[in-house]
Amino acid sequence: MAKRIEVKGLDIYYDKFLAVQGVSMTIEPRSVTALIGPSGCGKSTFLRTLNRMHELVPKARVEGKVLMDNQDLYGANVDPVGVRRHIGMVFQRPNPFPTMSIYDNVAAGLKLNNKRMKRKDLDDLVERSLRSANLWEEVKDRLNRPGSGLSGGQQQRLCIARAIAVAPDVLLMDEPCSALDPISTQAIEDLITELKEQYTIVIVTHNMQQAQRISDTTGFFNLQAIGEPGGLVELDTTTKIFTNPANSDTERYVSGRFG
Amino acid sequence: MPPTTTSTRTRGAPQRLGDRVFSGASTGAGVLILVILAGVAAFLVAEAWPALWADSSEIPGGDGIILYIWPVLFGTLLSAFFALVIATPLAVAIALFITHYAPRRIASLLGYLIDLLAAVPSIIFGLWGAFELAPMTVEPTRWLEDNLGFIPLFDGPASPTGRTMLVATIVLAVMILPIATAVIREAFLQTPRLHEEASLALGATRWEMIRMAVLPFGRSSIIGGLMLGLGRALGETMAVAIVLSASRDVVSFNLISSENPSTIAANIALSFPEASGLDVNTLIASGLVLFAVTLLVNMGARAVINRRRDFSGAN
Repeated sequence: MAKRIEVKGLDIYYDKFLAVQGVSMTIEPRSVTALIGPSGCGKSTFLRTLNRMHELVPKARVEGKVLMDNQDLYGANVDPVGVRRHIGMVFQRPNPFPTMSIYDNVAAGLKLNNKRMKRKDLDDLVERSLRSANLWEEVKDRLNRPGSGLSGGQQQRLCIARAIAVAPDVLLMDEPCSALDPISTQAIEDLITELKEQYTIVIVTHNMQQAQRISDTTGFFNLQAIGEPGGLVELDTTTKIFTNPANSDTERYVSGRFG
Repeated sequence: MPPTTTSTRTRGAPQRLGDRVFSGASTGAGVLILVILAGVAAFLVAEAWPALWADSSEIPGGDGIILYIWPVLFGTLLSAFFALVIATPLAVAIALFITHYAPRRIASLLGYLIDLLAAVPSIIFGLWGAFELAPMTVEPTRWLEDNLGFIPLFDGPASPTGRTMLVATIVLAVMILPIATAVIREAFLQTPRLHEEASLALGATRWEMIRMAVLPFGRSSIIGGLMLGLGRALGETMAVAIVLSASRDVVSFNLISSENPSTIAANIALSFPEASGLDVNTLIASGLVLFAVTLLVNMGARAVINRRRDFSGAN
């Protein structure tokens, strides 16, 4: 299931503005890759190019290659909708569909992919997804209640259940804990550690302790100045990045001595 | 001059003059609406009262108040219902096109035109319906009669003038389209970006995203916009009065014949100039029925909206 992603010389544009320049990196399967860096350096923008969400902004485009198991996601005959079915995403703020029940939220992606599914199979998959997201015990008695009635942390786990229900190859997380309290954050972090057994996970985070706790590899993004494009400064094992980084900017950032 | 202090007050929080004036003004405006509504209701009941208790032979038509009002009430509901049937998919489709499909420049132009349509006086729509649209429908309605005549709606015989219930409903549909579209468009624009992205990230196509995120989110506004339109369709007077060739005491689902039920509002407008004595009370009684129906429609719409409040996204 988990797949390797290789990014080669990726430039990301908003119309004529070059937002992120020259990113090349390899994202290993069955591991957690954390992307850190100051605000506005292009981490989230980069993350959103991995499942082609970036191009939903009018006139946004990329140059370069993103290969998933040697298939170019930006190839001429690749359907972005198909890409997004294989690469799931969890957003900064929990966003369960407010008009759907907990059950329907989890089943939402399944219904897109496979319209004719036996009720029993669907029930099983919903339960399995919720169990994987460590949410089943908390919601099993109220599956037909609206997902928006859950707490923030539960909603975020519901979103993770929704994303993994379709069995994606890769899971992208854009600051998934930034709107959550420490206890909910702990629950999500535990979950990410469990999920990396099966998925390739890329997580953007502003919390450097979090990156240290959960990631195997860390990439540091930075930009030279406002208006200049951001870019990947350094990518290495998390231990290396946080103890003995090669780049002095990285060291200043991870040690908190950054302007 | 130094500002007046309120520190001498001993009870309650200090209140500024501006706050008190404004709260008084807004409370007054709120009460005023209730007073007006109550006044209208009281007027209708008082004026309709004699007709409600009159001997049935004194009512125009000679069959009593219920049989007098029933055909026009039927015509009102029939025309408004089919106007809604025509306008609903169009309004939703136009709103979706403006908010999610059209390039920005075309979208704003189209939105402007729709708003402009709302400003066209109803008599213009009536004239257009009677002199332009009606003749155009003569041939198609003959075809409908010949080929789909087994459906009661197209039973025929097709009207030679085209001034049918069908044309009246089309005109009504055009008239309620702007207000319904405007309300629905606003709701669609407010669909949270988060929810749209949630479905797109799951691999939804644009249409699937609309079904998963936009339509459910806008559901209560769709109903609200349509109810506003329905209110206009129920009460529309001039356009129907001009377009429809109505006959008394017709109760028929046949949309294309020249024998059509009138509507309450059009009937009042057409009959009022020659009415006197109890006839006037009878017409006002039919107005009271229209008033009640409109209230019921609105209450029904609110009940529909509230029933799924938990799922509305407002919590």
